[in-house]
Amino acid sequence: MVEAVLDDKGKEKQFARKKPELLLPAGNLEKLKTAVHYGADAVYIGGREFGLRSNAGNFSLEEMKEGAVFAKKYNASVYVTTNIYAHNENMSGLKEYLQNLESIGVAGIIVADPFIIEMAQTYAPNLEVHLSTQQSLANWLAVKFWKEQGLERVVLAREVSLQEMLEIKRNVDIEIETFVHGAMCISYSGRCVLSNHMTARDSNRGGCCQSCRWNYDLVQHTQNKETPLYSEDDVPFSMSPKDLNLIESIPKLIEAGIDSLKVEGRMKSIHYIATVASVYRNVIDEYCRNPEVFQMKTEWIEELNKCANRKTAPAFFENIPSYKEQLWEDNKKASPYQFTGVVLDYDDDTNTVTLQQRNIFKKGDIVEFFGPEGNSFKQRVRELYNDKNKTIDAARHPLQVVKFEVEQKVQPWDMMRKYTE
Amino acid sequence: MFKKPELLVTPQQAEDIAPLAAAGADAFLAGEQAFGLRLAGEFRKSDMEKAVQLAHQSGKKLYAAVNAIFHNNQLPTLKEYMHFLQQIGVDAVVFGDPAVLMTAKTEAIDIPLYWNTETTATNWGSVNYWGKNGAERAVLARELNLDAITEIKEQAGIDIEIQVHGMTCMFQSKRKLVGNYMEFQGRNVQIERRDKERGLHLYDPERDARYPVFEDKNGTHIMSPRDMCIIDELDDLLEAGIDAFKIEGILKDTAYLQGITALYKEAIEDYNKNAALYNEKREDYANRAQRLQPKGRQLDTGFFFKETVY
Repeated sequence: MVEAVLDDKGKEKQFARKKPELLLPAGNLEKLKTAVHYGADAVYIGGREFGLRSNAGNFSLEEMKEGAVFAKKYNASVYVTTNIYAHNENMSGLKEYLQNLESIGVAGIIVADPFIIEMAQTYAPNLEVHLSTQQSLANWLAVKFWKEQGLERVVLAREVSLQEMLEIKRNVDIEIETFVHGAMCISYSGRCVLSNHMTARDSNRGGCCQSCRWNYDLVQHTQNKETPLYSEDDVPFSMSPKDLNLIESIPKLIEAGIDSLKVEGRMKSIHYIATVASVYRNVIDEYCRNPEVFQMKTEWIEELNKCANRKTAPAFFENIPSYKEQLWEDNKKASPYQFTGVVLDYDDDTNTVTLQQRNIFKKGDIVEFFGPEGNSFKQRVRELYNDKNKTIDAARHPLQVVKFEVEQKVQPWDMMRKYTE
Repeated sequence: MFKKPELLVTPQQAEDIAPLAAAGADAFLAGEQAFGLRLAGEFRKSDMEKAVQLAHQSGKKLYAAVNAIFHNNQLPTLKEYMHFLQQIGVDAVVFGDPAVLMTAKTEAIDIPLYWNTETTATNWGSVNYWGKNGAERAVLARELNLDAITEIKEQAGIDIEIQVHGMTCMFQSKRKLVGNYMEFQGRNVQIERRDKERGLHLYDPERDARYPVFEDKNGTHIMSPRDMCIIDELDDLLEAGIDAFKIEGILKDTAYLQGITALYKEAIEDYNKNAALYNEKREDYANRAQRLQPKGRQLDTGFFFKETVY
């Protein structure tokens, strides 16, 4: 059997400092560009067919092509989620779809259904095939099976611990991708059909309605009697996991030689994408620059929390999660920060920013700017102007273009958030 | 083309095998939770050995459930278990995890392999993929409708098994979700065991539905609120030549399982004799199945006549 690589100096040297790929989600072209601009090495996107998250926006072939061209300029890759479990009726059109993906410069596809794997290998052999987490891959022998099937990479089950990843890495020479951040299934992925039963929506074809996060009453049936296992003032039973957050474990993942660190969230905003990408980018770069002196900075952790939708936890990284890693009440809004604008332009002579509004802010608000380098500053909004240079008291209209004076230099793509408490 | 399907039943204990065989079962699926998922009974090694003997004495088959999602630390015992199963002469191994395929290959274990992941066997392409990789039978996802099932059967190069009766699984988590809730409430003392004998349910007020829930070594399992029953809709499946019909016995008692097995056997035999006879008796079968049903547990036709959207 295998032992921990971390205890083994020789192995540690062999693996150390290889920079893993930072893989971000992108629900549309703007999110793709944001992710790449903020430091993602690769992005995964969904097409209009054959992917889960059927309501995540998703890309036409034209948009995918534009995304792939954009990513290439930054030396980044684009993967397409093709991760449904197809039914017979979904099988037609697949060949052409895969050939199109291959021809427009997509690097690979993320697949769960072996039928799609086989089709890709036969008809679009230049596409890399990555096994989706929907296969709930949890042991090295199964990983070895997929390697023998010709796959370039596998995404592990969310239930796999660091120790297990090390064992897999040691036993099989294949690229390993693992989730580090974001929301996740509380079930073994692919092994849940709650939506099918409760709402006639097929969870394994993108119709998941997240009924695991609803409230239920836990009751016990004994001899024709039903006893509630909760009292009036108890919080109801639910199966809502805290979101995954492994920022503090990035050094361990790099030492383990994990090839790709994946962030969940094709439905998330560009603010979320930008924040998560830049923090993980910084941590990976800082650690790889000099692991001996690396220290996790509290400001990175704080920065990451500014875009948190829910409370976070390390899930299965060390142990099987307890009740402490579940959400028991409605505490969705974990961060007091609100995304309020994207920088379109900056005028050096007048120190004026031109900004596209993403949520209401007013003259007098304290706002914070940040960019891909992790640079950020806070200031108060003084005089505020619309695009016709007329003074206004607030930016109320969605996507409104406004201008005001900033205290430090900003650049297009920088973002602005405000503190709301 | 009509073919008499194998009637596969999940016994609760080795002693159930002879009476179930007498009731009309052709094959049995059994195992233990260390390797198999959501079993009607817990068959340790000695029980498995006995079960194989009893099944074979009645001229029936016994399949071993080895369909867990395995983690690294289970692989050595999986290997040992596969050798054990070969030694006692089980007729097939039912698997979901490719680790079982790999173990069978590297250990030269010569037992037929049946693929069953419950939720992911949804098209004939994947059925044939697992066929090419060594599976001799595929157990289809329960979320398929009749048309999808018959189309898969037409295109499949291997045997097709479907569930025709009983509870189905809706959800499996590795987390101990019931235990977590109780710990969170601070009342873990009240209920120590959380296994399937406890009668735990999740009540969904919006749908007025009760979902059986239990925990075991494989995590938390949530089951369907109704039992599927298609005793009166078997004709298309029989004509399609489906190779095996499964009756799921989880969370039911032995008498129930015997009654249901006998009923399906009768329906299959009736159809075999004369399709018109089956047709006449449809309502009768359905009524008799209904009478066997435990109080508070309704029957439905699962996804057989239902379309899902996405």
